[in-house]
Amino acid sequence: MSQPKEIFVKTDRCVGCLSCTIACAVEHSKSKSLFGAILETPVPKSRVYVEWVEPDGKVPLVCRHCEEAPCMYACISGAISRDEKGVVITDTDKCIGCWTCVMVCPYGVIGRHLEEHKAYRCDRCPDREIPACVSACPTGALVYDTVDSFSGKVRKHASRELLRAEGG
Amino acid sequence: MAYTEKILERSIDPSVHKMLERAEQLNLETVWDRYEAMLPECGFGELGVCCRNCNMGPCRISPFDDQGPKKGVCGATADIIVARNLIRMIAGGAAAHSDHGRDLAHTLLLTAEGKGGGYEIKDEEKLKALAGEYSIETQGRTKEQIALDLAKAVYGEFGKQEGFLQFTRRAPEKRVALWKSLGIDPRGIDREIVEIMHRTHIGVDNDPVSLILQGLKASIADGWGGSTIATDISDVLFGTPMPVRSQSNLGVLKKDHVNIIVHGHEPVLSEMIVAASNDPELVALAEKVGARGINVAGICCTGNEIIMRHGIPIVGNFLQQELAVITGAVEAMIVDVQCIMPSLGPLSECFHTKFISTSPKAKFPGATHMEFSEEKAFDIAKQIVQAAVENYSLRIQEKVFIPEDKTECMVGFSAEAIVKALGGTLDPLLDAIKSGDIKGIAGVVGCNNPKVKHDYGHVTLVRELIKNNVLVTTTGCNAIACAKLGLMLPEAAEQAGDGLKGVCQAMGVPPVLHMGSCVDISRILTVCAAVANALGVDISDIPVAGAAPEWMSEKAVSIGAYVVSSGIFTVLGTVPPVLGSKVVTEVLTSGANEVVGATFAVEPDPVKGAGLMIAHIENKRQALGI
Repeated sequence: MSQPKEIFVKTDRCVGCLSCTIACAVEHSKSKSLFGAILETPVPKSRVYVEWVEPDGKVPLVCRHCEEAPCMYACISGAISRDEKGVVITDTDKCIGCWTCVMVCPYGVIGRHLEEHKAYRCDRCPDREIPACVSACPTGALVYDTVDSFSGKVRKHASRELLRAEGG
Repeated sequence: MAYTEKILERSIDPSVHKMLERAEQLNLETVWDRYEAMLPECGFGELGVCCRNCNMGPCRISPFDDQGPKKGVCGATADIIVARNLIRMIAGGAAAHSDHGRDLAHTLLLTAEGKGGGYEIKDEEKLKALAGEYSIETQGRTKEQIALDLAKAVYGEFGKQEGFLQFTRRAPEKRVALWKSLGIDPRGIDREIVEIMHRTHIGVDNDPVSLILQGLKASIADGWGGSTIATDISDVLFGTPMPVRSQSNLGVLKKDHVNIIVHGHEPVLSEMIVAASNDPELVALAEKVGARGINVAGICCTGNEIIMRHGIPIVGNFLQQELAVITGAVEAMIVDVQCIMPSLGPLSECFHTKFISTSPKAKFPGATHMEFSEEKAFDIAKQIVQAAVENYSLRIQEKVFIPEDKTECMVGFSAEAIVKALGGTLDPLLDAIKSGDIKGIAGVVGCNNPKVKHDYGHVTLVRELIKNNVLVTTTGCNAIACAKLGLMLPEAAEQAGDGLKGVCQAMGVPPVLHMGSCVDISRILTVCAAVANALGVDISDIPVAGAAPEWMSEKAVSIGAYVVSSGIFTVLGTVPPVLGSKVVTEVLTSGANEVVGATFAVEPDPVKGAGLMIAHIENKRQALGI
């Protein structure tokens, strides 16, 4: 079985341009275009968040689709499940809007859709090969990769740094 | 009273703490809330690497070396994009200052033609001095005849195609020769601004250094052109400021008076509002509606203009405009142009305050527009004041909350006033500089910016300078901050070093001299030029330095550019959007020294910023052998 891909965040790369949030909202719009999306009602929602941490930290946060997803275990209406690609999804028909998932999510990345009275979060862009936020990120702060491949690159980088340090 | 950490972090001014707590109680949003909601601000914008100059983009250059685009669609690098964006900011700032100057030239023209609705020529001596600079005949002519020629001459500077701007020739010969050799001696004010817009269009000037030089050229047209015209023609029409006592901060609003605030920049309207507020009919009307009188007060630079000419109190600087409305005691907030927050519209609707826009150039949502024209100036001003007076009865007493904070100040130090205080010659000042009693002169200017704790940058830097015997000249929002904190009183000499203290005490002046509004930085240039000429050197040789500790506007970018172009080292307290380009950053902070004899430095810590200025002043003293 091949490794599923995840959205990894390189916090040192984020410049806080919010391009990811625009792309996410556009992807979750009816028109799927920026100029169309800004005119829609309800306004399309972004599922990715960029937090500012003093003095200059800019941190993108998006649903981790945890293996032991606390939201999935906590959901009292059985609306949250994992699909065959490993993506944690909320069945909006079953969601009763109790916000238990919001309470247990350690990343705070579940939103409340005021018009639909439902919880919403990252769905990994089912219509796309690469999630919209990752495609939109101009600095490579968001990376769509498997754990194997991502950590392999981290190891490669660490190895180079180690050798450089040893070489003086 | 104990305020939350959040409130205390926003300002050093106790009146602001009180008003922010009041705003929280009333659930009203202010500029600080909007700033926090804006975070994180876009990194591309912060670095200056986004370009919207053509529709192949918008483009933005990734600041990380190994990822993302390194060139715009047209091929522009970060260096080109940053340089283009920077000089477009200069164009915006120079346009704003110069349009202000143009309005004054227009008012002088109408006045000379007898069409000014209430204006007169108040300073004939200055009129003749300016006429002399243009070689306009003054002998045996009426002031109106002279003014007509002068008005046409200064009006002509804006649309001039060739030649030079007359007031640039106040600069030392060496400086003018340098500008000529660099090709940055401006030809006409509008022309240099237009040329920036042309050069930064897709596919025109793509050399960062060439772009920056054009930026400097337009900025010189601002500082020594448009801004100088604004200052000097204002003096001719409204009188050259002389030292006067007044008061500052939100406590100048009066509980039992009709409070009228004039906010914005030009004195053309505010002068007439001041005159109309003394009209016996309107004063009687105010009493009829139950008020004890009409209290006019200023905010921002229009406030600086009227405080220094009439001693009209000043309510506060840029970041206090919303707080003034939140006092619930303002009958009318009358605005003209520049630095007026559009938030005042919806905010005024929470109170009885009438938000009145007056300039055909500046309209706002939620404002009542009462358009001003110079031909009918006094009549319109009376209508505006009447609207304010009639609004008094709608004031909601339970909503009134005026902090008691107010501070005495002595303001109005025009170049002429300084020379007069010195006994008619600059010599005593030069002697004090030579002896080291005064180490040098600093020009500390600029805006407020919620990125900096309100007034902290201004006041901390200024205190540090005077402690080290640097005489401070100031304009704009820095001047207002210093007034509020008591630095503009002769008694503030106690906070100065021994040398400066002695000079101030002997002359009875504060160690921090209020020289006016932001266009009045031209007064500081005039003083610097006079000092350099008296010493027979260039401005870049004399012990002076500039600072803008809390700057935010495009005007401030233009100011910084013309101050550095004039040879004055300048410290910025907030980071300009240029760090995305190594070339532009290097040119501004180091390379410029080889070209114009001065550089910028960026230092958010005001104590360290003052340190850089003092070190620079010491170096210049050493080089002069004093």
